[in-house]
Amino acid sequence: MPNFYTDNEDLRFHLNNPLMKKIVDLKEMNYRDKDKYDYAPQNFEDAMDSYDKVMEIVGDICGNVVAPNAESVDKDGPKVVDNHVVYAKGTQENHEVFRDAGLIGMSLPRKYNGLNFPLLAFTMSAELVTRADAGFTNIWGLQDCAETIHEFASEELKDSFLPRFSTGATAAMSLTEPDAGSDLQAVQLRGSISANYDKETDTWFLNGVKRFITNGDADISLVLARSEEATSDARGLSLFLYDRTSDAVVVRRIENKLGIKGSPTCELVYTNAPAKLIGDRKMGLIKYVMSLMNSARLGIGAQGVGLCEAAYREALSYAKEREQFGKAIIEFPAVYEMLAIMKAKTLASRSLLYETACYTDLYKLYGYVSKERKLENDERAEAKTYQKLADIFTPIVKLFASEYANQNAYDAIQVLGGSGYMKDYPLERIYRDARITSIYEGTSQLQVVAAIRGVDNGGYLAQIREYEKQEITAELNDLKVILGKMTTQFEEAVLLSKAQDNREFIDFHARRLVEMAGNIIMGHLMLINANRSEEYKTYSRVFIKKTAAENRDKLEYIADTTMKDIEAFRQN
Amino acid sequence: MKGFKIVVLAKQVPDTRNVGKDAMKEDGTVNRAVLPAIFNPEDLNALELALRIKDQNPGTEITILTMGPPRAAEIIREAMYRGADKGILITDKRFAGSDTLATSYAISQAVKKINDYDVVIAGRQAIDGDTAQVGPQVAEKLAIPQITYAEELVSINDQKIVIKRRLENGIEVVSCPMPVLITVHSSAPECRPRNAKHLMKFKYAKTALELEEASPIEASLVSERKYLNIQIWTVDDIQADVEWLGLSGSPTKVKNIENVILQAKESKVLTASDGDMNTLVKELIENHTIG
Repeated sequence: MPNFYTDNEDLRFHLNNPLMKKIVDLKEMNYRDKDKYDYAPQNFEDAMDSYDKVMEIVGDICGNVVAPNAESVDKDGPKVVDNHVVYAKGTQENHEVFRDAGLIGMSLPRKYNGLNFPLLAFTMSAELVTRADAGFTNIWGLQDCAETIHEFASEELKDSFLPRFSTGATAAMSLTEPDAGSDLQAVQLRGSISANYDKETDTWFLNGVKRFITNGDADISLVLARSEEATSDARGLSLFLYDRTSDAVVVRRIENKLGIKGSPTCELVYTNAPAKLIGDRKMGLIKYVMSLMNSARLGIGAQGVGLCEAAYREALSYAKEREQFGKAIIEFPAVYEMLAIMKAKTLASRSLLYETACYTDLYKLYGYVSKERKLENDERAEAKTYQKLADIFTPIVKLFASEYANQNAYDAIQVLGGSGYMKDYPLERIYRDARITSIYEGTSQLQVVAAIRGVDNGGYLAQIREYEKQEITAELNDLKVILGKMTTQFEEAVLLSKAQDNREFIDFHARRLVEMAGNIIMGHLMLINANRSEEYKTYSRVFIKKTAAENRDKLEYIADTTMKDIEAFRQN
Repeated sequence: MKGFKIVVLAKQVPDTRNVGKDAMKEDGTVNRAVLPAIFNPEDLNALELALRIKDQNPGTEITILTMGPPRAAEIIREAMYRGADKGILITDKRFAGSDTLATSYAISQAVKKINDYDVVIAGRQAIDGDTAQVGPQVAEKLAIPQITYAEELVSINDQKIVIKRRLENGIEVVSCPMPVLITVHSSAPECRPRNAKHLMKFKYAKTALELEEASPIEASLVSERKYLNIQIWTVDDIQADVEWLGLSGSPTKVKNIENVILQAKESKVLTASDGDMNTLVKELIENHTIG
């Protein structure tokens, strides 16, 4: 009876993030639902107790339903039958169990039959699901689309669509097209009001092709389409809601992927598909998809951390049992170093993930509060601060968690040696599944493009200075000194890059600069966590020692590069 | 449709499925202190059957009835998290030492007190005793028909219930008037998961005994919300004759407990050749080990 929540003390630790008090108080608006709904919390402690107990349900389902199904789901995969997707049997079962457990529509308000849970609890659930089966995270996690509907759609649309999530409605974000991947402003799918436009139904009709759409045949789809004729850029795009019961979209094929094989990636043909406009025209890409993508990136961050954990556990249990040369292989420095680094990466990216989830939740919550009452000055300032933090932290969560997932999967197979290469162990699936995380929802390279702003405008440095102010336990002072040195090196690297007065030079080194900042930030978060957790005392040491050496190396590379060198790299 | 009144009999048992070295005491009895207390697995199958009746028949009410020490209230809450409506805990020191006869007497008295019921559903047997006697004995004492080894609900209406039974050599579909007692086999559908909303609704459900240790806020919630009260029934509440309970009411006496260790008496060494494999398989088929 494995439980993926209770067997991992670090999750309960993060659930109790100090920012949760503020988040839950805002989310529950002075606990005003307490007498209106029999499942609403009475106070902060009650709410936290409920989150903890519900995480136990999630951990139970992940350990006892989703994980045992993972292998068959990977093997069977979804199929197209009569132009629609049929999930693998295990996927269907996973989905039904989550529906019956009331775990779809987790973050929605109670008036839409949601649980009104904070983003941290939803994100943690996504991590848990991923440890069991990364492919299923996509299907389950796309309930996040409900949040976009909730944030931007009309009351009418919200009332008719949001309650459907609690009865198990699935969702999809239908954005990508054959010629519009990373560059979404090239979207061509046409959205037009019908010739016999009926004001009462206010329906649009969509025509065209979408490609690489995860869970494309979902019950409810958010579709990016060109609503303004004779436009060719982002300003001509709007976001629409398509209801599968209209039966006007055909699934032409399901892609045959390297990993996450249980998650159907669809090519869709829209033929006069009726759809409702979400929010305002022309704001589709500029505002709504940007918000949608930020949540999705946090979701991939959770997926990365879940994969890190899964890979580490496989490697650890094997290394303890496998004996060579008369002892368990974990006794050898070459192996225990790998394992310690895997664990440190898992804890570091998890710390960054949940911290970012809190920042994101806070600024969004202030947004909802401001719809009901005027925010106080200090509240407005705080909302702004958290929004800025969420903006620069989200791309580094996605960047680090997905890259670490790949690195951990690679190292875990290495620990298992020949056995790891065999299909007999789940690691080969974890390895294949991890590979997509640094690609979809914006490649690592695009996360760097988003994150470099935080380097340019001093956002990361300012937050590092905030972290420096926090008291940490004296026994880890040597590590804090190292982080100080790393910060000086980071500032030097930024100065050197800017001194070149050449954008290409900064772009060339952008990833190194972002990673330098990320390493320092994660180092600080781990040190702060060490105040409340023994485990972080150990692994902050592992992480900071390792990344200090990496950052020195990056600084040296940046300092030693000339434009002439970059020219050489150009010659491909 | 007004729905049905269902009583589910459940038992909290020590988890004997994954036992460690210290699972048994020196004297050969189960060491309950080290084993986690769980919802008896087949009683969860029984609860699922009840929940399916409720799914199809809105207005159906499921009452969980359990007999045990005060902490057995835990499984009543577990059942509520999965969709049961209310719970009754039969607890009294005078029940201690009851065998299946005395237990079924106490339970049948409690069911008589409930009075208004259409279906009583229980797991086939509990993993700590494996007797499969309590369900059938309760039916006899209530003088109602019983369907044992139930695997699936075929249909239910005001007149009758139709159940598929899992038997050793096949299946049997039987129809029966109500009230009826059903015992459910482990091959029946697994119980649904705990539901987040139910959990948050019922997590403060408490017996009067538990209320003594509750915080003021919990106590006020329980007094405001009737559904949070888990009833406790004692010997007096169920109007039972003490002579028929506990050790005096239990004809089953444990004479001796032996710790059996299965040991292979002989072994054979085979090579990995096709010939050896062939001979072994033939031998196993002949002595009916396989096939």
